Amino acid sequence: MADEVKLLSLLGSPNVCRVEIALKLKGINYESIPQDLVNKSADLLKYNPVHKKVPVLLHNGKPISESLVIIEYIDDVWKGVPVLPQDPYEKAQARFWAKFIDDKCTPAILKAFGMEGEQDATEANGQLQYLENELNVKGKKFFGGDSINLVDISASFLAFWVGAIEEASGIQLVTKDKFPKLTKWCDDFVNCQAVKDSLPPREALVAFFKGRFGN
Amino acid sequence: MGKSSEIKLLGTAASPFVNRVQFVLNLKSIEYEFIEENLFCKSELLLTSNPAYTKVPVLFHENKPPLAESLIIIEYLDEIYPNIHPILPSDPFERAYNRFWANYIDTKFFPLFMEMRRTHSKEGKEAIKKQIIEASQLLEEAFVKFSNGKAYFGGDNVRYLDVVLGCFLGWIKFSEKRNEFKAFDEVRTPKLLEWTKRIWTHEAFKDAIPNTETLVNFYMMLQKYKP
Repeated sequence: MADEVKLLSLLGSPNVCRVEIALKLKGINYESIPQDLVNKSADLLKYNPVHKKVPVLLHNGKPISESLVIIEYIDDVWKGVPVLPQDPYEKAQARFWAKFIDDKCTPAILKAFGMEGEQDATEANGQLQYLENELNVKGKKFFGGDSINLVDISASFLAFWVGAIEEASGIQLVTKDKFPKLTKWCDDFVNCQAVKDSLPPREALVAFFKGRFGN
Repeated sequence: MGKSSEIKLLGTAASPFVNRVQFVLNLKSIEYEFIEENLFCKSELLLTSNPAYTKVPVLFHENKPPLAESLIIIEYLDEIYPNIHPILPSDPFERAYNRFWANYIDTKFFPLFMEMRRTHSKEGKEAIKKQIIEASQLLEEAFVKFSNGKAYFGGDNVRYLDVVLGCFLGWIKFSEKRNEFKAFDEVRTPKLLEWTKRIWTHEAFKDAIPNTETLVNFYMMLQKYKP
């Protein structure tokens, strides 16, 4: 029986994008079903009753929610092009950085743009320095080494959305002089085929954020 | 099983996240050295071994750099000691389902108790109690699905979610007494209530759930330093 893979999605959502990158990286055929988060569909309420959010992956009708949980599931089921290292210690480290990006980096970034409370980039500069150091220590193109892994994918928001928000708001955060490795990583990451194929159109994103900043 | 020098755990007896890791070490019969940390005067060891979060637990295994974040540590232990009391199931969908609920417990359920501590108004506390009760209802439904009529989330044996939720029982009981309400009760969450009694008396858990005195002391410190 052929696998049936569907993704309850939303254009412009970084967490949906993460899952799409993982699916495309592994060459998995899937149907994207865009959702309306204002008038939530019966399917969304049925398949993610707890959070009522996207992304939701449906694999042969079985739902999985939470983007990082979905990506680990995808990696568990489809073995080609792994996004997690095999070694248990390396795997734990990758999971740690992915969680750090969600727990610490993203909220700090939102704060740096004044999108969550008073505008203050201090925390974001500190968190981004950890990522800059991690790339320095690794001395490689990506957090995953020569190819992208779970950590790179988790940082999609940083790689693409932040640039759009910078343009829309006029606030610079990830500058070449402060974060040379991270800046290069952003360029390299968005140029990966699976990422390119999953990202929303940049102009639309900038326009959306310009609206948010009243520009 | 494992030699005591192989694994060191930096933690605080009162931290449920540390207890969680202790449960897993106990279930897998792994000897370890416990290094007590003072969260109100953080040690050099903590600051250097987990600079990103400066939180416990932190696991040291052999000569490897330290690992932090309790759920990540648990999965790591499960992978390096896979044959002794497996914690996560092997089926990918079951694993995802377990991880989803762990995320719910950590990001939606337990934070309500932390919020309760910081809320002082009667109305504020009542609003949080209501949310806790709603969340407990969801957990009851989840328990019914996972346990399938058996004693634990893991079925016949304690597994991942028993550890993930079980570690909070000391603090939940503390909060229930302090705020005069019941998170789990016979009417709304009968199956979970029965489950809590089993966890309190389980070999691997009962010595690792901190006693009331430990919690009271820690609570007083929290009120003083992190009101």
